[in-house]
Amino acid sequence: MSSIATVRPKTHDTGALATLRARWRLVSLLAVVAMWVLVWAFTRGEQTLAIQASDRTDIHGWFLARTTAIENADNVVTSLLAALSSGMDATLLFLQHLFTVPEYPRPYPQIGWLGALAIASLAAYAVAGWRQVLVVAPSFLLFGLLGYYEDAMDLLIVTGVAVAVALLIGIPLGIWMGHSKIVAAVVTPVLDVMQTMPSFVYLLPFSILFGIGPAVAALVTLVYAMPPSVRVTAYAVRGVSTTTLEATDSLGQNRWQRLRHVELPMAKRTIIVGVNQTTMAALAMATIAAYVDGPGLGQPVLEGLRRGQLGKSFVAGLAIVIMAIMLDRTTTAASTRSDRVARGDRDTGRVRTVALVAGTVVTLAAVYLSNSYTWANQFPEGVNIGDPISTKVDDLADWLRSDLSAITTGVQETFTLYFLNPVQDLVANSPWFVAGLAILAIAWIVGGVRALGAAAVCLAGIYWLDLWNNAMITLTAVLVATVVVMILGLAVGVWMGRSQVVDRSVRPVLDAAQTMPPFVYLIPVLVLFDANRFTAMVAGIIYAAPVAIKLIADGVSGVSATTVEAAESAGSSRLQMITKVQLPMARGSILLAANQGLLYVLSMVVIGGMVGAGALGFDIVYGFRQANFAGKGLAAGITIVLIGIMLDRITTYGARRAQSPGRATVRRKRLSLSRAET
Amino acid sequence: MTEVDTLPPNTADPGTTAALSVDGLWKVFGPRADKVIGTPDAELPRPELLKKTGCVAAVKEVSFDVAPGEVFVVMGLSGSGKSTLVRCLTRLIEPTAGTVTIDGHDITNASDAQLRDLRRHHVSMVFQHFGLLPHRQVIDNVAYGLEIRGVSKAERRKKAGEIVDLVGLTGNEQSYPDQLSGGMQQRVGLARALAGDPSLLLFDEPFSALDPLIRRDMQNEVIRLQEDLQKTMVFITHDLQEALKLGDRILIMRDGAIVQVGTPADVVANPADDYVRDFVSDVPRSHVLTLRYVMREPRPDDSSEGPIMSPDTIVRQAARAALASDHVVRVVDNGELVGIVDDDAILRIVVAEESVSP
Ligand SMILES: Nc1ncnc2c1ncn2[C@@H]1O[C@H](COP(=O)(O)OP(=O)(O)O)[C@@H](O)[C@H]1O
Ligand SMILES: [Mg+2]
Repeated sequence: MSSIATVRPKTHDTGALATLRARWRLVSLLAVVAMWVLVWAFTRGEQTLAIQASDRTDIHGWFLARTTAIENADNVVTSLLAALSSGMDATLLFLQHLFTVPEYPRPYPQIGWLGALAIASLAAYAVAGWRQVLVVAPSFLLFGLLGYYEDAMDLLIVTGVAVAVALLIGIPLGIWMGHSKIVAAVVTPVLDVMQTMPSFVYLLPFSILFGIGPAVAALVTLVYAMPPSVRVTAYAVRGVSTTTLEATDSLGQNRWQRLRHVELPMAKRTIIVGVNQTTMAALAMATIAAYVDGPGLGQPVLEGLRRGQLGKSFVAGLAIVIMAIMLDRTTTAASTRSDRVARGDRDTGRVRTVALVAGTVVTLAAVYLSNSYTWANQFPEGVNIGDPISTKVDDLADWLRSDLSAITTGVQETFTLYFLNPVQDLVANSPWFVAGLAILAIAWIVGGVRALGAAAVCLAGIYWLDLWNNAMITLTAVLVATVVVMILGLAVGVWMGRSQVVDRSVRPVLDAAQTMPPFVYLIPVLVLFDANRFTAMVAGIIYAAPVAIKLIADGVSGVSATTVEAAESAGSSRLQMITKVQLPMARGSILLAANQGLLYVLSMVVIGGMVGAGALGFDIVYGFRQANFAGKGLAAGITIVLIGIMLDRITTYGARRAQSPGRATVRRKRLSLSRAET
Repeated sequence: MTEVDTLPPNTADPGTTAALSVDGLWKVFGPRADKVIGTPDAELPRPELLKKTGCVAAVKEVSFDVAPGEVFVVMGLSGSGKSTLVRCLTRLIEPTAGTVTIDGHDITNASDAQLRDLRRHHVSMVFQHFGLLPHRQVIDNVAYGLEIRGVSKAERRKKAGEIVDLVGLTGNEQSYPDQLSGGMQQRVGLARALAGDPSLLLFDEPFSALDPLIRRDMQNEVIRLQEDLQKTMVFITHDLQEALKLGDRILIMRDGAIVQVGTPADVVANPADDYVRDFVSDVPRSHVLTLRYVMREPRPDDSSEGPIMSPDTIVRQAARAALASDHVVRVVDNGELVGIVDDDAILRIVVAEESVSP
C-alpha cells in the first residue's frame, strides 16, 4: 500500500510534465509557422536564390571540371574501375548471348524462350517448391504474350547478376557485422545513408564513373541493392539464440564449426528475407537504370513516357509487375521453405530427388529444342496480347483526358491551387534565410538539438550547392505529398489496427504494392493526369502509402490488449479510445511512418523530374542529357541526398523522443482510467 | 583431427588430486574490471560498486574443491552469481582473476586449442534453456559434440544411439527438438552432454524450466545416472529441495561470495547466517538431519540397553525405533560410543516440523 502511495504522485508529475511538453511543442510549432507567414508577407520573392534551368554557377562548374577530370583521368583507380566495368560487361554479354542477343553468325540466341522457361521452373522448384512453378512458368509465358520476352530476360539477367554479386559481398559482410560491434559501428551509418538515398540519385555519379550501358546498370543495381542483405544478415546472426551458441561452444566447437553448424542454419530463414529485400531493391533499380541505358523492361517504359505512348509504357510496366510478383513470391517461398529443407523431410525428400532428376531431363530437352528450332527459340508473334492492351490504354487515356477532364483536371487544379501553390509560395518564395531559420526552428522543436545540428549541416550544404530554390520546391512537393500520405495512413492504419478482419484483407494488397518498383507507379497516374509536378506527387503518395499504413496499423494493434481493455471498462467511446489511447500510444510508429513516408515520396518526386515535376529531379535528368550540365546534375543529386538526410534525422530523433515521454503520458492515462474505474 | 594440443601436464600432487579445484576466483563485469580486485572497492555492496565504478562483481573470491565422483551443488538466489561461476569453470566466461584446475590441469592459462580439447573430452554442460539445435534431429543433436571432434558419421550415430537409450529417449531419435516436451528436450541436453563421455558434468539450473513432476523425474534420472556412471558433477540450482536431494555437499552463494559450504545436514543444522537460515527454514529437518546433529554427550547414567545406530542415520528413519524403545538410542561410530539420542531430541525435531507445515 505504502509503495503505491509514494509512486502515484511521482507518476502523475512526469505525466503532467509530458503533456505540458507535448502541448508546448505544438504551440511553438504553430508560433514558428505564424512568424514565418508574417515575415514572408513582407519579404515575399526577395532573395529566394532562384536560378533558371539553364543557369549554372561556379560550384556547378567546379563539379563539372571534377567529372571531366575523373572521366579523363588515367590512374590506378580509373583502370580498376574500367576493369570492373569490362568484367561486368563480359559477364552480362555472355548471359545475353545465351538468352537474348544473337551471336553472329547465328540468327538467334543460344537458348530460346522454351529453354529459359524450363530452367526458371526447375530453379523455382529447387529453391521454393512446386507451387512456385505455377507462378514462374505462367510469368514467363506472359512476358512473351505481352511482347516483351527479350526485355524481360535482359532485366532478369541484370537483376540476377547484381543480386548474385550483392549477396556474395553482402552476406559475408553482414556476418562480420553481426560478430563485431566495431564493424557494425562503422558500417551501420554508411548503410543508413545509402538507404536514405533515393535510387535515382545513384545513377548520375555511376554514369560519370562508368559511362552508360549494361555494365553500369548492373553495378549501380548491385550497390543499391546490397544494404538490405548486409543489414538483415547481421540482424539474423545477432539473433541466434545465445543459449544455443553457449551450449555448442561448451562442446568445444571452433569458430568455423560454430558458423557452419549453428549460426548459418539458425539464421538462414531470416537471411533469405534479406535476399528477398535485396532482390526487390535490385529490380527497382534495374528498371530505373534504363536512364543510363541499362537493358530490360525499363527501356520500353521510359521510351513510352518520353514519346507520350502511355499504352506502351503500361504494357511494359505490367511485365515489370509480373516479374516483381514472381521474384517476391519465389524468394518468400524459399524463406519459409528453408526450414523444411533443413529438416530434410524423408518422404518428400525421395519424391523431390525423383522430381529433380526428371525436371533436369525435361529442362535439358527444352534447352535442346529451343537451341535447334525456331518455334522454341523465338516466342510466337501471333499470340500477342500486349498490343491490344496498349491500344486500349491509349484510348482510355484519351477518354479520361477529354470526356472526363472535368473531374481529373478539377481534382488536379483544386489541389494545386488551394494546397500545393500556397505552401510552395511560402517555402520557396521566402528569402532563403527566413525559410532556413524556420526549418531549423521546426527541426529543433520536433527532434531536439541533434536534429537541429543535422538540419543546420544539411541546409548549409544545400545553400553551398547553389540550388536552394529548387531544393525548396522539391521539399514542398515532398512535404505536401507526405501530409496526404499520413492522412491516408492514419485513416486506413487505424481501421486496420482496430480490426483483424480488415487487416487480413488489406495487408496482402499493401504487401504486393510494396514490391512494385517505383517506376511502375508513374504509369497509371500518367494515364489519369498530365505530366507535371502534381502527377509525380500522386505517384509518390501511392508509392509511400502502403508502408505508412502498415507502420501505423502495427503501432495501433501493438497497443497492449490490457490497456485497451482497461480503457474500455472505463467507458471510453470509440473516438476517445482512438484519440486518447491508441494514437498517443502509437506515436512512435506514427513518426516512423512519417519518416518512411517522407523518404519514399522524396524518391518518387525525384523520379518524377522527367515527367514534368521540375526542380531537382529535372536538374538530374538534364545532367544525363547534356554533358555540360553534368556538374549541376551532380549538385542536384547531392542536394536531394541532403534533403533526405535532413528529413530522416528530424523524424528519427523526433520518433525517439516521442517514445519515452509518450510512455509516461500513457501511464498517467492508464492510472486515471483505473481510478475512474473504482 | 587437427587438434593435436592436449591439456598442460598434470602438475598436482597425485595423492590429493581433486576432480575440480577453484582458487580465489573472481568475475567482475564492466569497464576496467581487473582494476577493482584487491582495492577496498571490491568489498563494497553491489549497488555501491556499480555506482562508483560501473562494475558488477558477479563472483567474488570463490574457492572450493570437488572430489572425483562427488555431486557438488551450488545454490543461491537469482543474481547471486551461480551461472557466472559455472561458466568460468570452462571459460565460457573469462574469469577476471583466480585459477581453475580440472583433473590437475590448469584451465585458466590454457590456450584456445587446449580449451577446446578440454570441452570436447573432459567437461560437458547442461543448460537451463536446453540450447538445442532446432534444425537437427535428436540423434544429431546428441552427436554434435562427437561431430565437431571429427568422429565419423556411422560411429557417432552409433554412440549417440546408445546415449539416447541411456537417458530414456528411445524411439525419439528422428524427432526435432520442437516436437518434444520440455522434459524430453532436457533429456536431449543431458544426452548431448554425456555423449562425449566427460569426467566432469556441469549443470546450470537444468530443471528450473520444467514442471514439478517432470522435475522430480529428471532429478531421479540424474541420481540413477550418477549411480551408474560415477561422474563428478557441479550442479547449480536455486531450489533447496533439489540441492538436498542431489548434493553430497552444498555451496551457498550470496551476491557473488560464498556464505557456507557443507553437507546437506550441516547446512540445515548449522546455518552460517540469516540468509542460509531463511533458506532452510522450510526444510523438513527430520528428513535431512542425521543423529550426529541431535545427539548429546554420553553420560555415565545413560541406559546401555537401547538400540544402537550409526551417526549418519537420518532422524526420521531413527524415530520409530527410538520412540518405541524405553531406552535412549546409543550412537556408535566405528565401535565407539559417540553420543546419545533421547526421545526429547527426536520429538523436538519432529514437532517443530509439524508446526511449520501442518
Ligand atoms: N554479461 C554480463 N554483464 C554484466 N553483468 C552481468 C553479466 N552477466 C551477469 N551479470 C550480473 O552478474 C550477476 C550474477 O548473475 P548470474 O551469474 O546470472 O546469477 P545467477 O545465475 O545466480 O542468477 C547479476 O547481478 C547479473 O546482473
Ligand atoms: Mg542463472
